[in-house]
Amino acid sequence: MSEEFRPDILGIFCRWCSYSAADLAGVSRMKMPPTTKVVRVMCSSRADPVFALGALLIGADGVLVAGCAPGDCHYKTGNYQTRRRYALVEKIFDTLGLDNRRLKLVWIPASEGAKVKRVVTAMTESLQEAGPNPTRAEMFI
Amino acid sequence: MAKAALMEGSNADLAARDLLKSLLSSGKVRGVMTLVETGPAGEVNYELVADVAALENATPLYPLMPANAGGLLSRLTVLEGFEEPVAAFLRPCELRAFVELGKLHQVNAENILLISATCGGVYPLRASLNGGLADGLPAYWEAVANGEAAEGLRPTCSACEHFVPFGADLVLAAVGSGGAGRLAVVARTPRGDEALEGLEGAAGEAEVETAGVKSLREKRGAARAELFETEPLPAPGLEGLVAFFGRCVGCRSCRSVCPICCCEICYFDAAATEPTPRTFDVHLKRKEGTRVPPDTLLFHLGRLTHMSASCVGCGMCADACPVYVPVATLFAKVGAETQALFEYVPGKDPEEEVPLQRFEEEELAEVGEERFGS
Ligand code: SF4
Ligand code: SF4
Ligand code: FES
Repeated sequence: MSEEFRPDILGIFCRWCSYSAADLAGVSRMKMPPTTKVVRVMCSSRADPVFALGALLIGADGVLVAGCAPGDCHYKTGNYQTRRRYALVEKIFDTLGLDNRRLKLVWIPASEGAKVKRVVTAMTESLQEAGPNPTRAEMFI
Repeated sequence: MAKAALMEGSNADLAARDLLKSLLSSGKVRGVMTLVETGPAGEVNYELVADVAALENATPLYPLMPANAGGLLSRLTVLEGFEEPVAAFLRPCELRAFVELGKLHQVNAENILLISATCGGVYPLRASLNGGLADGLPAYWEAVANGEAAEGLRPTCSACEHFVPFGADLVLAAVGSGGAGRLAVVARTPRGDEALEGLEGAAGEAEVETAGVKSLREKRGAARAELFETEPLPAPGLEGLVAFFGRCVGCRSCRSVCPICCCEICYFDAAATEPTPRTFDVHLKRKEGTRVPPDTLLFHLGRLTHMSASCVGCGMCADACPVYVPVATLFAKVGAETQALFEYVPGKDPEEEVPLQRFEEEELAEVGEERFGS
């Protein structure tokens, strides 16, 4: 894929860890690809996979869901539920031959601004390889 | 061997009807929920019957499923359980749906005597149009008695491996019974034992796992592998899904007949998902055009994420689809994968929570790891 393709990524970050980490990355002026628009939710478990599917189906190139590391969820168990749901969606994508590169769940602790940078960069690169989401060219969705 | 009553009926349906009649006339139950023939050409519907005479037209195992009775029984009992004992005759997948609904807090199960049978499968509802099923019934019963696979069933029935019910109080050993006069009703629980106490039909012992059950299970297994390979399922990828659902008219019948889809207000009916001018605005900023109304695939993929782990493969959805999208085969196939992920068999164990309501702290370690690239 050409260098010019700049994937459009929706980030859904939990308020307590991942969003704080993103904040930290911003305050520390870390440079990363300007590909990811972040929506803040109270907990990763609020990110019903249907929201992610909705974004992908109207042409987002990728969705990055981020939460606190297992054991660290502000609500104790939210991210364990998130993990099950995204494991399930991953299985559905595999079964239907959909591109699992487009939907990722990661854990980002509040102190790890550098992880935000690393993850956004890695997802951007992998989506550059994947190319634009075919849902953009499909009217019947 | 378990305690059993041997019924006289010449086929499993008649034996099942006799069983219900004696339960009702002996006063062991005050009502019976069963399929009843309501028209001359094989029209059948579920009814709750309190009078023995009205059971004359009962046809508990008629090979059609106008609704998943597990869902119906949940709707009957969701607010309050029965005050007096009621017998409900459910097919294995209906019973599994009922158990799933129990886990989703949609059931008050007290005072229900659950009766099921080893199941030969049902035909698509449209096979019964204009009395089209009547001629084939004797052959169907013969196949069931011999543990053969009947032809022309609902695709998910022909590929169903869970035709021996889990956990019913009484099970009619229909599959592989060998035929007339040898139909056994096997008690599986103390409640079942009690129900058989003193009923007509020689008291004896029998097994549900007949030789016929074993041979049918093998045939079903082979048919299942073939169905998932050959039914016109979506080709891998987005294009395949678009083609598969290309006929979908968005009626949502598949959801409304699904026993598992029990939410009072479905996410996809919520005001937040109603398309507004802004919806189209957002779509058209990214795409050259969009379907009106949009979100067909979102509905189906969303339903898969919300309920496939509990799909019992009953086939109602495909039967209800007005444009013949083989929804049930797709849901059963995807469901088999998501269920395997959590080593879960829907409707098997009432004590085991549904996969998305529970978790282990130590599991699925790779999900959430940094795994980018292909
Ligand atoms: S999705 Fe279809 S096959 Fe599965 S439980 Fe619902 S109606 Fe039955
Ligand atoms: S029943 Fe058929 S047409 Fe109606 S929403 Fe489901 S798949 Fe679409
Ligand atoms: S609060 Fe961060 S995942 Fe629950």
